[in-house]
Amino acid sequence: MITAAVQERANYLTASHGIKSWLLTKDHKRIGLLYLFTITLFFFLGGAFATLIRIELITPQGGIVSSETYNKLFTMHGVAMIFFFLIPSIPATLGNFFLPMMIGARDLAFPRINLLSWYLLVIGGLFSLFAMLAGGVDTGWTFYTPYSTTYSNSWVIATALGIFVAGFSSILTGLNFIVTVHRMRAPGMTWFRMPLFVWANYATSLIQVLGTPVLAVTIVLVFCERVFHIGIFDPALGGDPVLFQHLFWFYSHPAVYIMVLPAMGVLSELISTFSRKPIFGYKLVAFSSVAIAVLGFLVWGHHLFVSTQSVYAGMVFSFLSYFVAIPSAIKVFNWTATLYKGSISYATPMLYAFGFIGLFTIGGLTGLFVASLGIDVHVTDTYFVVAHFHYIMVGGTIMAYLGGLHYWWPKMTGRMYPELWARLSALIIFLGFNLTFFPQFILGYLGMPRRYHVYPPEFQVLHVMSTAGASVLAVGYLMPMVYFVWSLRYGQLAPANPWGATGLEWKTPSPPPLHNFDKTPIVEHEAYDYRPIIGGVPESA
Amino acid sequence: MDRLPLFPEQASTFAPDVDHLLFFLLAVTAFFTVLIFGAIFYFAIRYRRRSDKELPHVQHGGMALEILWTVIPFGLTMVMFTWGADIFFRESRPPDNALQIYVVAKQWMWKLQHMEGKREINELHIPLGRAVRLTMTSEDVIHSFFVPAFRTKQDVVPGKYSTTWFQPTKVGKYHLFCAEYCGTRHSGMIGWVYVMEPRDYANWMRGGESTGSLAEDGAKLFQDLACVNCHKADNSGRCPSLVGVYGSTVKLTNGATVKADEAYIRESILQPNAKIVSGYAPVMPTFQGLVTEEGVLQLVEYIKSLGGKPAAASEGAH
Repeated sequence: MITAAVQERANYLTASHGIKSWLLTKDHKRIGLLYLFTITLFFFLGGAFATLIRIELITPQGGIVSSETYNKLFTMHGVAMIFFFLIPSIPATLGNFFLPMMIGARDLAFPRINLLSWYLLVIGGLFSLFAMLAGGVDTGWTFYTPYSTTYSNSWVIATALGIFVAGFSSILTGLNFIVTVHRMRAPGMTWFRMPLFVWANYATSLIQVLGTPVLAVTIVLVFCERVFHIGIFDPALGGDPVLFQHLFWFYSHPAVYIMVLPAMGVLSELISTFSRKPIFGYKLVAFSSVAIAVLGFLVWGHHLFVSTQSVYAGMVFSFLSYFVAIPSAIKVFNWTATLYKGSISYATPMLYAFGFIGLFTIGGLTGLFVASLGIDVHVTDTYFVVAHFHYIMVGGTIMAYLGGLHYWWPKMTGRMYPELWARLSALIIFLGFNLTFFPQFILGYLGMPRRYHVYPPEFQVLHVMSTAGASVLAVGYLMPMVYFVWSLRYGQLAPANPWGATGLEWKTPSPPPLHNFDKTPIVEHEAYDYRPIIGGVPESA
Repeated sequence: MDRLPLFPEQASTFAPDVDHLLFFLLAVTAFFTVLIFGAIFYFAIRYRRRSDKELPHVQHGGMALEILWTVIPFGLTMVMFTWGADIFFRESRPPDNALQIYVVAKQWMWKLQHMEGKREINELHIPLGRAVRLTMTSEDVIHSFFVPAFRTKQDVVPGKYSTTWFQPTKVGKYHLFCAEYCGTRHSGMIGWVYVMEPRDYANWMRGGESTGSLAEDGAKLFQDLACVNCHKADNSGRCPSLVGVYGSTVKLTNGATVKADEAYIRESILQPNAKIVSGYAPVMPTFQGLVTEEGVLQLVEYIKSLGGKPAAASEGAH
């Protein structure tokens, strides 16, 4: 009965038709889907590069592609994954779709700017895509000078311009979120009633607005040196190559938190919903997001411990890096404590959440190794670092992204995904991920440098294990792609609130009407108060 | 060679230090991993949802717990910080009696020069038990000198000197890698470090063709480049005498003083107008592009051989 009613209602998907109604939409929900489509393309593009890298590394002598091609593959893998998938991933898709709904708003504060942000990402993406098709770029995603400005004979400028343009997409999205959270909250939605996903995206937006311009400036400087030979970074022209690393990491370290803070926000929603409890230490978890955003700007120098940066600067950056570890630890402890005496469901999103905690814990704890000066001198620029940041960005961010996508899929599409397949995918991804990246910690400590096309034969067994894991992981990532598309037509119709969740986005039909709510919601409860949803008096535990 | 090595060889005095810190970190992180994973598994099973109508008790946060799990990890991280910083600090302070070796990196090879004039490419022979100090620069892009068995790594940056040091503790042949991505054949920029018994090292030093020592080559260059015409030893030339300048404190025209270390001498050759010695006119032309990095090293060694006290290890040159 209810499902039939859902079907007949006009919703944001049926409100208008035709390609123009999508390309010119100002609806944050449709723009969220445009982002979803765009970044999925880049995810599979980056994934294809990763596949070729892992196949190449099965043998130590590097027979399948040339060194030149190999260097382009890892560069383009990094560029596609970081700038065109991970950075927009959760904020631009799930955030765009749900941040306004979660605070009871009809849209973001600036719907036209929101559409512009998407176009900027697409234009930036096309620039970079052009560079990849025209011959590729071989500087590494880090573009270290003077290699990138003077020595590389590849498409550095086209790629960098793409990243420059996409950066403005990120800035505008951040700006839009900040204004929306300040100005558009529904009556009764006080700051401390906001879901933690909103807090996390708010903190992320601060980084996007404050950090991304530094990246833009850095790209302009690289442009000036490469095209006009103005000496900024190349010592042959009177520049300082290490200056580039300071500027680059001043953005790119906070960018790690652009990637992981929204993931933490998703986690808080999942953990609460599927244990039916408010997040333990709600305020501390909220403030820890802001603390991470602020402290994240003070640790860039830990990428430069062996760069000829001063010994004392190294010590200061090491010290501060341990500071930023604490708010992350607080979150993990609080999520775990939330489970205590909860009512824990094993629905797919929760399995992804468990996977996140497991992988993020390992990624975070290995961060303590690389923050330690004595150990980092040995492991920096080795596979240890590669493993560490993949645990954070792939194990953390992508697990949370997929968990969030499963969680909100019924709301976005009005359809349920097939539960059994979805649980299986979560399991396969978790196992495949560990098999891929755990051996890389050992490789790194043994001394295997990153970005090596040819490597000494004693490292082969561990590389083969990693490649075997990557093939399992690839299957895990393809599965949701298939069953999500399948569910659009064949999935069960979704009720308004399939999980018994508390957020305002669940108080409107699935999929939501064009303006989200038929009438503006009035908020009378704390976030994560399950009593009005589940009903009755609390059972004694 | 081992088919599946799981732990790198320890071949320098730093290696056990770094490994002990690693073991401490492994123990701490293993404890927290087990704690968190154990708690999640236990809670997930113990408190699994038994009915759809189930509504658990609400407990709000516990301040005592929050403080506990903030303070204890913080204390542990401070141990990690101090321990790691201590190793790092020692790695940045080469002992005075260290064997001096110069390294010039370029795409894609390592050129190493011993003081006595012996040159090597992609190979470094050093004696067991003797501290070795490397002074390194690059002719093109950034490279990084990495010997996993020694647990040391230092970027090699064009336009400046960086230093690193180690004291080998085990005879053997160890990987030398370039660890900073430097272009197409980055993975081919590798070599071997041979740690030899001092007697074998002395024999090796005597063998092979021997050109002059670094300082001798530098003296020749000093003539060829006509440096000698202005930098007269008796201080009668247009430019300051270089006798005894190394390690001294030099007064500049702008009133500042500078310690005459390797980096200062290098800069004075390549960018002579950057720092002008008080009482002299800026008449020296730049030798940028006229003399290779290896030539600069030879000149530096020649000037050092003219006397003077060794400059303290330069700041930030780790």
